[in-house]
Amino acid sequence: MPEPILDVRNLKVYFPIRKRLSKPTYVKAVDDVSLTLNEAETVAVVGESGSGKTTFGKCCLRLVEPHSGQILYRGKDITKLNSKELLWYRREAQIVYQDPFSSLNPFFTIRRTIEEPLIVHGVHSGPERNKMVEAALEDVKLTPIESFAEKYPHMLSGGQRQRVAIARAMILSPKFVVADEPVSMLDASVRVEILYLLRQLQEEHRISFLYITHDIATVKYFSERLAIMYAGKLVELGPIRDVISEPLHPYTQSLIEAIPDPDPQNRFSLRRVPGGEPPDPTDPPEGCRFNPRCHVARPECRSQEPQLQEVKPGRFVACPP
Amino acid sequence: MLNVSSLKLYYQVRGGTVKAVDEIDFNLEKGRTVAIVGESGCGKSSTANAILRLLPRNVNTYTGKVLLQGRDLMEMKDDEFRREVAWKKISMVFQGAMNSLNPVLKVGDQVAEPLIVHSSASKAEAAKRMSEALQLVRLPSSAAQRYPHELSGGMKQRAVIAMSLIANPEIVILDEPTSALDVITQANIMNTLKTLRKELGLSYIFITHDLALASELADSLAVMYAGKIVEYGAAEGMYTDPKHPYTQKLLESVPTLRTDKKPGFIPGAPPDLFNPPAGCRFQPRCPYAMEVCGQEPPAAEVDGHRVLCWLHAKR
Repeated sequence: MPEPILDVRNLKVYFPIRKRLSKPTYVKAVDDVSLTLNEAETVAVVGESGSGKTTFGKCCLRLVEPHSGQILYRGKDITKLNSKELLWYRREAQIVYQDPFSSLNPFFTIRRTIEEPLIVHGVHSGPERNKMVEAALEDVKLTPIESFAEKYPHMLSGGQRQRVAIARAMILSPKFVVADEPVSMLDASVRVEILYLLRQLQEEHRISFLYITHDIATVKYFSERLAIMYAGKLVELGPIRDVISEPLHPYTQSLIEAIPDPDPQNRFSLRRVPGGEPPDPTDPPEGCRFNPRCHVARPECRSQEPQLQEVKPGRFVACPP
Repeated sequence: MLNVSSLKLYYQVRGGTVKAVDEIDFNLEKGRTVAIVGESGCGKSSTANAILRLLPRNVNTYTGKVLLQGRDLMEMKDDEFRREVAWKKISMVFQGAMNSLNPVLKVGDQVAEPLIVHSSASKAEAAKRMSEALQLVRLPSSAAQRYPHELSGGMKQRAVIAMSLIANPEIVILDEPTSALDVITQANIMNTLKTLRKELGLSYIFITHDLALASELADSLAVMYAGKIVEYGAAEGMYTDPKHPYTQKLLESVPTLRTDKKPGFIPGAPPDLFNPPAGCRFQPRCPYAMEVCGQEPPAAEVDGHRVLCWLHAKR
């Protein structure tokens, strides 16, 4: 096995909620999650809103401080970096946000937007920087360069803006990128194009991605492995095709059942999905957090918290057989 | 039941007109669903607003025919339309409506509001209808006494659907009724919509950007691009044998879970409606574009689809 580039061990991210005259309670946004990411690999982290997937991604970049646990990046625990070392990590690791309408400064030209990381990190100057910006624009296929570089974000379409955000993330040649719902705000006809672009950049520059999404239908095109989160817990992990064709956790099964493929027969039948909603994060149910909605819940599911176990080589599930 | 023909809705903006809805035609039969599908800015929500006469101040052109059971709604006076049609014949679930519920009013009172505003129903009668409507959408009766922030997203969306049903309409316009909901919640809402259609004999106009989701309800499909319906036909044919290059490409770009096909994409972006390309509006992104595409394409009938494309035009 190659050494993973990122090795997250027992990560917990808790947010305190103070109520007057009482002990603080916690939102356990990420609760004891372990995950590795190999070089030039994409792991898709899939879950519904409130599952903790974005918090997990942000914590891996140390944009959110963990409560406990280790995040080893090339063997170095990034939760313990001092400010100088953190500056190094900020060059190694980058993020692409969901909304290309609010993640770009409207007063910056595209050139300035992409140049910004170079300015912050004091990389090169003048003509050299221009060359890098132009190479980055070319990488994300915003060509001809002259017709984009001096424009402002509002002059571009959603897909073009997201390309700018990707170019900005790529300009420091990061080795690890968190892509947080990079295509969910885009029109259907351009979504796949952006995913193919990320895939291509990954192959050219050997970048490792955490692809955070709620859309399990797109993961096949941009991931090797799939991690399913529910209410702060990792409930299933495995190679993408295996998990989609044979999901083991009842939650993963419901998630897949819920998604229609375009088929006119769909209108004649109802989908078999559980009712209810994900639990209150300050007061999750005891035992398995999915048990109140689970159609195969047993008595022990209400008292014992299931642990993630390897049931087949490379396949992990937190639901004992 | 509902027959829309040559409907136009243009907006006046500084320096020109935006042709948001440009001569569209479609039919809706009783108990059936027509899905209007297209990308953002294609005019699908404007179509809904045009049918329900929810027009902004800057309307420049608003013409065409909207026949409801043979009666032209466009001929009606505003107060007549409001009294007889809005909510009672045609109602709507607005996009993002669950987030526009009034936070300081109880959910039940808001659900009952169309009835109180649009008819002379007594309070007791409105309350009774309200609790029936909540039951229809599978909300517990206790939800009526709650405030919006006490309900989850899915429950709020159900409340908004209950509101649309309260005056017993025959047609409900659903404008992205599940956007911003999680996938399992979305599937639950779609299940409820399917059941309601059967139980109440409702007709839906289902507006969505998602072709896969459209197949959950659609009996027929109208694909819109830049203000025009570029293809219109029965769901079976539209999904298995689309004729317009835009429909074909859009369908190809849908990622699927259960097949191994590699999705495609459409290079470029939808045009600006302020300044659309001459002739066929899809022409700059179309792989089959020809010289003749610089002229407005005529409507052609192919295998029961109505297609706006020169590839299918009789010459």
